[in-house]
Amino acid sequence: SSIAPPPLVPPSSIAPPPLGPPSSIAPPPLGPPSSIAPPPLGPTSSIAPPPLGPPPSIAPTPLGPPSSIAGPPLGPPSFVGPTSFVRPPVAPPPTVAPSASLSQPLSRPPMGGSSTSQPPPATFQRPPITSYPTIASSVAPQTSTNQQQMQRQYQQSPAAAVYQSNVTRDGWNVGWGTDSVDLLQQRQVLPPGGVEPPKPVLAQDFVRNCIPDILRCTFTKVPETKSLLQKAKMPFGILIHPFKDLEQLPVVSCQQIVRCRSCRTYINPFVVFRGERRWECNLCYRINELPDEFQYDPVSQTYGDPSRRPEVREATIEYIAPSEYMLRPPQPAVYLWLLDTSRQAVDTGYLQIVCDVLREQLDNIPGDRRSLFGFMTFSATVQFYLMPEESDSVNMLEVGDLEDIFVPHPDDLLVNISEQRDQIEKLLKTLPQTHANTTHTQSALGPALTAAYRLLYSLGGRLTVLTSILPSIGPGILKAREDPNQRAATDVLHLNPATDFYKKLALDCSGQQIAVDLFTLNSQYIDLATLSGISKFSGGCVHHFPNFHVHLNPSSVSPFVSCLTRYITRKIGFEAVMRIRATRGLTITNFHGHFFVRSPDLLSLPNINPDAGFAMQVGIEEPLHNIRTAAFQAALLYTSSRGERRIRVHTLCLPVTGNLHDVVNTVDQQAAVALLARMAVDRCQNSTSTDARDALVNACIDALTSYRNSLTQSPGRALMAGHNLKLWPMYTLALLKSISFRGGLSTKLDDRVFAMCELKTLPTRALIASIYPDLYPVHNLSESGALNIDDEVVPQPCRLQLSAEYLNRDGAYLADTGSKMIMYVRSSISTQWLNDVLDVEHFAAMPQMIHELPELDNNTSVLLNSFIKHLNNNRPYQSPILILREDSPARLQFAQLLVEDRTEGAKSYVEFVQFLSSNVK
Amino acid sequence: MVFSFAAFSYICALIIDAFLIFFAIFHIISFDELKTDYKNPIDQCNSLNPLVLPEYALHVLFNLMFLFGGEWFSLCLNIPLIAYHINRYRTRPVMSVPGLYDPTNIMSHDVLNTCQREGWIKLAFYLLSFFYYLYGMIVSLIATS
Repeated sequence: SSIAPPPLVPPSSIAPPPLGPPSSIAPPPLGPPSSIAPPPLGPTSSIAPPPLGPPPSIAPTPLGPPSSIAGPPLGPPSFVGPTSFVRPPVAPPPTVAPSASLSQPLSRPPMGGSSTSQPPPATFQRPPITSYPTIASSVAPQTSTNQQQMQRQYQQSPAAAVYQSNVTRDGWNVGWGTDSVDLLQQRQVLPPGGVEPPKPVLAQDFVRNCIPDILRCTFTKVPETKSLLQKAKMPFGILIHPFKDLEQLPVVSCQQIVRCRSCRTYINPFVVFRGERRWECNLCYRINELPDEFQYDPVSQTYGDPSRRPEVREATIEYIAPSEYMLRPPQPAVYLWLLDTSRQAVDTGYLQIVCDVLREQLDNIPGDRRSLFGFMTFSATVQFYLMPEESDSVNMLEVGDLEDIFVPHPDDLLVNISEQRDQIEKLLKTLPQTHANTTHTQSALGPALTAAYRLLYSLGGRLTVLTSILPSIGPGILKAREDPNQRAATDVLHLNPATDFYKKLALDCSGQQIAVDLFTLNSQYIDLATLSGISKFSGGCVHHFPNFHVHLNPSSVSPFVSCLTRYITRKIGFEAVMRIRATRGLTITNFHGHFFVRSPDLLSLPNINPDAGFAMQVGIEEPLHNIRTAAFQAALLYTSSRGERRIRVHTLCLPVTGNLHDVVNTVDQQAAVALLARMAVDRCQNSTSTDARDALVNACIDALTSYRNSLTQSPGRALMAGHNLKLWPMYTLALLKSISFRGGLSTKLDDRVFAMCELKTLPTRALIASIYPDLYPVHNLSESGALNIDDEVVPQPCRLQLSAEYLNRDGAYLADTGSKMIMYVRSSISTQWLNDVLDVEHFAAMPQMIHELPELDNNTSVLLNSFIKHLNNNRPYQSPILILREDSPARLQFAQLLVEDRTEGAKSYVEFVQFLSSNVK
Repeated sequence: MVFSFAAFSYICALIIDAFLIFFAIFHIISFDELKTDYKNPIDQCNSLNPLVLPEYALHVLFNLMFLFGGEWFSLCLNIPLIAYHINRYRTRPVMSVPGLYDPTNIMSHDVLNTCQREGWIKLAFYLLSFFYYLYGMIVSLIATS
């Protein structure tokens, strides 16, 4: 209710240091103390900066700032004063930029370049303290489309004499990827081309490791001992997306799957062959025999070289499992839908949409000739739909006794899709009308779920539940626990389930290989914290569409339809289990995701879907002395929708190190933050949200502290962060402001719980995009630097950091959170662009909100559309786009994404970094 | 032979304590089985949960006898454990059946370790107090005769 809109108009200068509680924040170091050389700011080694402003007698060194500058004063005397981050103008090449900024140090050159009348870009000014050497760090223009140019950042220091000795070393550091930045000085840390996960470097680098999108570890070098891990003070764990849709997946069908006899590890590219007929397991070091079959290479059809087999060439592989991997004959694909037909639910109009989408996609449902399909609905009673094979009719059976519900025989309820297709279509056609005039306003979700469980008991399969009101009758009844006045409280109550009815039912379902997927389409509190238990422990997924209504909220329809379409048509694995094995000495200590943990390394997943991600925390039980590499192997055994038993095996191999510096420098910040987010969700549930927020901040402080401790030279007051660490504070801040953890802003409890579910299950890349969206300037897309994909030019604008200070008044910006895109059009946008892209005459004529981007026949529109299409590739379904004009009341949706700006009750990025620096000791 | 109520309460405590020792051993074995992958957590929780309240009740029972017998020192020795039990039960996960252990979080490394450590500490406590009750019984028997 009391949301103060964050400043969208860029403040000309962001409030300088006396920020937040003055007592707790140390004054920011202004420039490095003279004994320490400032680190090179440019992240890449390949770019040799051109000679910088000063006299020609100075010979530039290829890497880093000029080294041979002797005399301290570089610029005019007036320059000694405030240290400022000044942006050079866009147009001139970088050679000119620094000198321009040197000659006019305090002037603020226009960004974006076209008009001088626009307000200057935000300048980050520090209070003048003359005793320190001055640094003018000019950050290259970010509106430039040339990404290389973006990465050139220059720094000049009068303390160049000290500098000199370090330049070579810094250059090496850049080359080795161990360069560091001072976060207090370097405001821009986000690489414009996006963040690529660090790659583990193995001695046998010809072997392809598992791709980071599937299996990723928080370290790319595994610490050798527990004490080293404790010194590094970073979370150790793996993130896995086991059933990801892959374009290429080698499938092997063989008589005998080669596995280690002692630890049951599948043979993988990282095993060592001992002669031609033996191999050493890389997880437990047992020497195993190779079967004869393994000598045969199916590709070249020759014998004798086991190293050519696909099993030892690919880190991700799928086996077709022989019969010993089956406890029972593979189950058919079984889909049961359980729909809410209470008055409130029918009013939203969702029933018609679900039936229409289902009817449309009936052919695309994965399955074979055995696939079964069934329907149930519930309101104050539970309704079954009998489709007897001998007749064409569909009969509804209503059951009102909810305490011990009667379930008809499944034969008529679950029918074969191909044989009784007509009946199913007929049912889908008539279902919305049947319930159009219902008067029931209660929901018997509990009994309906119990009935569905009994129906699927002997088969297993997928149960899809769509519901829109709080269960109010029969077992599993829930109460409205949320106090709307407490939505902005710092400590969130009721994040834990109110009853264990749903959890217990989920465990029963899990035992019978039934997964429950939950769609909530509520406008009022539905207690997702309790209801989500039904999916959490049965390996299902949760989707939440708040305020869904066909007429009152038409924009909510298309995301629902695309999500539902994807849901119906995506791949599915039944009766799955996933086992995670790790090198001896490493143990899995904790799991995150939707599943039931059946034994210390085995997850029971009644269904596996291609959008589910998991995370595991890893502990070091025995030191990994004398071991060069550690490996993790995830094996997912499932029944495909065509009734084949398959095993998908992913293996990730990482080098082991005993050196703290190595461990800290090779951390994968995105993976670490993703793991921390999951741990923080647990903390919210077991403790309080304040506690979880503090833990996130402390983790960030710990990481920076251990980085500081790993440096050979004390950095003084600078807050140093390595190449692989510099985004950590930014992501932490974004997490603190995310829906899950934010305090101070009014957040509905259900939305918060859903956001937490998402944090627990999203794959890493999507998780990072959801907390720290990608922001692109789209008003000046150009073909330079563009990719060419299938004869389509896809422009590649650079990413901006999420702060209003980077937004030009004449720009249009696209924020992409992975699940939605918001385009924000500023008021001074050129009419040409509006004409070309949105087909409106001028800014005033633009509607407040647009939900679709028109495809027009001009270059600008084509480029933008192809860019958005490119972004939509490789994600589960097309993200809905929302185009907002600057003065639209809905602009808060965009403002909330600008996580680096100050919001109510939360720090801005600059304040946060200063807070960190006062705590990193 | 006639003996005092105090002596009777020590005799009862001795017998009950023997049971409690068995409970603690069963507890330790169960969690070890979970850790080494022998048992399904659902089954294991189902067998452990019904035993939690009887254990607490037995422990409280002989402490009540100490209370009525005026054995203040013995009572004081046990009060911390009673307080721990009450707190442990108060902060248990949301469950509809009596008991402490939730099959969905029992496999977490922290929970498993805590439970196992709890089992060992309790076993040690019950063993030591067994000998103390033996001593207390003899003392009170001598005092009456």
